[in-house]
Amino acid sequence: MSEFETKSDRKHLVVSKIKNGTVIDHISPGMSPLVLKILGIGPGSKEAVSMAMNVHSSKMGKKDILKVEGKFISDEELNKIALIAPEATINLVEDFEITRKFRVEPPEVVENIIKCPNQHCISNSNEPIKSRFRIFTDGRKVVAKCDYCGKKLYNLQDYI
Amino acid sequence: MLLSFRISLRNLKFFEVEIVFVIKIICKNHLEKFISLQSQKYLMSILKKRGVGRFRHLISIDELTKEDIVYILRLAEKFEPIARGEKASKALEGMILANLFFEPSTRTRMSFEAAMKRLGGDVINMTAQEASSVAKGETLADTIRVVGNYADVIVLRHPLIGAAKFAAENSIVPVVNAGDGAGQHPTQTLLDLYTMEKEAKLEGSKVALMGDLKYSRTVHSLIKALALFNTKIFLISPAMLRLPEEFIEEVDADISEVELEDVIDEIDVLYVTRIQKERFPDEEEYRRVAGSYVLTPELLKNAKEGMIIMHPLPRVNEIATDVDGTRHARYFEQAFYGVPIRMAILSELLGG
Repeated sequence: MSEFETKSDRKHLVVSKIKNGTVIDHISPGMSPLVLKILGIGPGSKEAVSMAMNVHSSKMGKKDILKVEGKFISDEELNKIALIAPEATINLVEDFEITRKFRVEPPEVVENIIKCPNQHCISNSNEPIKSRFRIFTDGRKVVAKCDYCGKKLYNLQDYI
Repeated sequence: MLLSFRISLRNLKFFEVEIVFVIKIICKNHLEKFISLQSQKYLMSILKKRGVGRFRHLISIDELTKEDIVYILRLAEKFEPIARGEKASKALEGMILANLFFEPSTRTRMSFEAAMKRLGGDVINMTAQEASSVAKGETLADTIRVVGNYADVIVLRHPLIGAAKFAAENSIVPVVNAGDGAGQHPTQTLLDLYTMEKEAKLEGSKVALMGDLKYSRTVHSLIKALALFNTKIFLISPAMLRLPEEFIEEVDADISEVELEDVIDEIDVLYVTRIQKERFPDEEEYRRVAGSYVLTPELLKNAKEGMIIMHPLPRVNEIATDVDGTRHARYFEQAFYGVPIRMAILSELLGG
């Protein structure tokens, strides 16, 4: 069964299989555009990307799926996805076969991804500075703390 | 013989520091091309640990352990006779401190200046006025890089939170945070702890904090530090200036909200802070609230003999001037203790 098939709809493919690349499954519904942003895929990118939003998932109710053809993304990059989609799973595909499968883990520190909402924080000045957040989990929630001003953020999708 | 041996040891120490700095710069600019990121991180972590003393910079009180704090307090005690002018010292002779004040704070600046000069060092200043005119358009990162070539240590006061941390990341000389907006002001916290220890007691003491507990960074840093010394903390404030719940949850300390008259007979320290006019929607409200938080000698009649009153100064009218003559007033001594504490920090950072 392909990653894009759902149990209730086995015969119908939402998006076709990929030969080589990265499949990101179990993305929290509606978050896939932000996931692409985190991975730096946007206008000007050359990768072939297919996206499925709000498809049925037996595990999550609804989910998003992303397939990035011809590109193997580093674990470090992929783990940044956990900021907004902690349930996401990664399938690395080579010659139509899944060669590795893993679940994303939030990184300890992220740079230049989250924008600090504190206007009095040095990271919002005109200095040559990258925003830097320490990431930890509070129960099931992923929490980010600004390394410069100490501001704690909970709904990270609002700050990416 | 002994003297020359001491001098050569000192030179060796500085030579070693020079080497560390050079390696750091090389690592940052060139080695990244040749060695893996992991090796770089490892190398930098070793180098980072190699300051002259215990710390490379002093940015936040949160970075210090209880052991570090006690160490600084002991060191300050050693410097007290020099801070009072009873003894002379040339420990930091030939060294220069640069005060970079992007907002005015005459008291803090002068206290650092006194500390450096009492240790035989010299001081160069950039005042808030110069910061706004001369350095217009220049980034803090550039200013720090330039001044790092003129001085051996930088003391920074800046209106934005995190400025000191960012400065330290860009500096080849140690940076001391002398207040970054609503963020940290670690030397203030250290001198507060030192005052408690010298004038009352610190470990296991009962401390009441009164005034603006919501916005006061002095209070927030002090509570975090007091938590390390098993103190019982009482909070006394107007409803709209209470310590944020979020903060109480975060700190592992024995904290309770009280009225002054309920605890005045058991506390060791009464720490008073300013209630600022700009926190209130109108002047009438400010006057009414601030007026009900004025400390007078009558309020102190049930206080313990050895209870002390502290205030970070400048005061407006939170403490009536006739309290100054009571046996409890210690706020001017507290201001003095800023000098030995800052001497201890500078000596630790510069290896004096």
